[in-house]
Amino acid sequence: MLKVNGINVYYGSIHAIKDVSFEVHQGEIVTLIGANGAGKSTTLQTISGLLHSRTGSIEFLGQNLMGVPAFKIVSRGLAQVPEGRRIFLQMTVEENLEMGAYTQPNTTIAPGLERVYEQFPRLKERRRQIAGTLSGGEQQMLAMGRALMSGPKLLMLDEPSMGLAPILVEQIFEIIRKLHQAGTTILLVEQNAQAALSIADRGYVLETGKIVTTGTGAELLASPAIKKAYLGG
Amino acid sequence: MEFLSYLISGISLGSVYAIIALGYTMVYGIAKMLNFAHGDVIMVGGYISFCAMNYLGLPSIVAVLLAMAVCTVLGVVIEGLAYKPLRSAPSLAVLITAIGVSYFLQNAAQLIWSAAPKVYSPVVAGSLSLLNGQLTIPYVSLLTVVVCLVIMAGLTLFTSQSKLGKAMRACSEDKNAAQLMGINVNATISTTFAIGSALAAIAGVLLCSFNGTLMPTTGSMPGIKAFTAAVFGGIGSIPGAFLGGLLLGIIESMAKAYISTNLANTIGFAVLIVVLLVRPAGLLGKYVPEKV
Repeated sequence: MLKVNGINVYYGSIHAIKDVSFEVHQGEIVTLIGANGAGKSTTLQTISGLLHSRTGSIEFLGQNLMGVPAFKIVSRGLAQVPEGRRIFLQMTVEENLEMGAYTQPNTTIAPGLERVYEQFPRLKERRRQIAGTLSGGEQQMLAMGRALMSGPKLLMLDEPSMGLAPILVEQIFEIIRKLHQAGTTILLVEQNAQAALSIADRGYVLETGKIVTTGTGAELLASPAIKKAYLGG
Repeated sequence: MEFLSYLISGISLGSVYAIIALGYTMVYGIAKMLNFAHGDVIMVGGYISFCAMNYLGLPSIVAVLLAMAVCTVLGVVIEGLAYKPLRSAPSLAVLITAIGVSYFLQNAAQLIWSAAPKVYSPVVAGSLSLLNGQLTIPYVSLLTVVVCLVIMAGLTLFTSQSKLGKAMRACSEDKNAAQLMGINVNATISTTFAIGSALAAIAGVLLCSFNGTLMPTTGSMPGIKAFTAAVFGGIGSIPGAFLGGLLLGIIESMAKAYISTNLANTIGFAVLIVVLLVRPAGLLGKYVPEKV
């Protein structure tokens, strides 16, 4: 479904992503794990066109995404929940969701809202509220709901657990699992390796811009090296 | 009676400031830049309408529409040529470019129309006489106030209800997130400049009608004052720009009438400084409660 092949991304003279290649197949949950600064978010931002790779290729459903401007990516069926949620804080919850459906025909908005509210009843209660007044967990739900409004085939989540209390992290991962069961393919970037690997079909480990290990979620969870580096012994 | 006529004059001048300030505030809100050339687009609007009425003999409404069309194109071209290449440059570079564009427009106007002031006859002649002729209100003053209210209401509805208006607010908050939603940020910024410049053309016509004269520097002082008004009301806020413009116009008119013509600007700016000391975000500036 998504094929990333040999991308190299630079911030000025800093070589942030070095020859990264990986694949996501239809129906999978794939996770990219790694420490802070390993290049996980950079990789996602390159796929969604906010950053650009100097080499390689990014292919989604057989179409080349390299050089496609960021605002044209979502209509290809690829939505991103950015790191730090990045919801529109001064807009209402419902307006945020409408923005998620910006590229969709207006007739899809009402059923889209219905679907998202069913998934996240909290958002329905707060639909008229300014998004900046939501709690951290609610903001994360809004960011996810917003991305789902475009009806993506592949959902990319960047650190959805960041800054959330353990109970909320559990909730968020439960929602990810449900979305996956409902047929959405998921690419998940996480520092919380334990949580990510336990729901993932496959995982890739990024270290200083390079992929160092790959395997199924269970394999990586059981690997002594991964345990030592990312799972607290 | 005197007081009332100064007040009306102040409201009318303030409405012109408010229309200019709305353009400033929209562009600032979305592109996060101060377009110091905005005042000079006003001047261009004045000249275009002047030429259309006096040289081509077109009716005023057609002249206004023509001025709006020319300024819209001018605004989009300025944005595309001068500001767009600097999208990721430091804001100081953009600011200096805007000042450069401002002087460029003034000098170009001087070359085309010469520096000598032109007599601009109001787009709407005549005045309303009230209370046995003790109070006269020029029709153009009334028109200015009405136009200003319509523009403000229109912009408020546009940004709160329309899809494009909401997309503009999204861009104003977070350009990268807006792109992830599929919003073409560059096109949105261009649209904002188009709207702001069309408003500048209207403001130009009304300002010249109010002053009765037109020259290449006509737009620069009102431009700065309208920027002041926008900051005064809370930059980025539509009702703030309206309130700020109106107050500044009234303060200026009253200061001219009762204190000193020469001190009118000083007093206006002094009030601004005091307001900003008390409310740094301006009168209606937004403090959004944010939970992280």
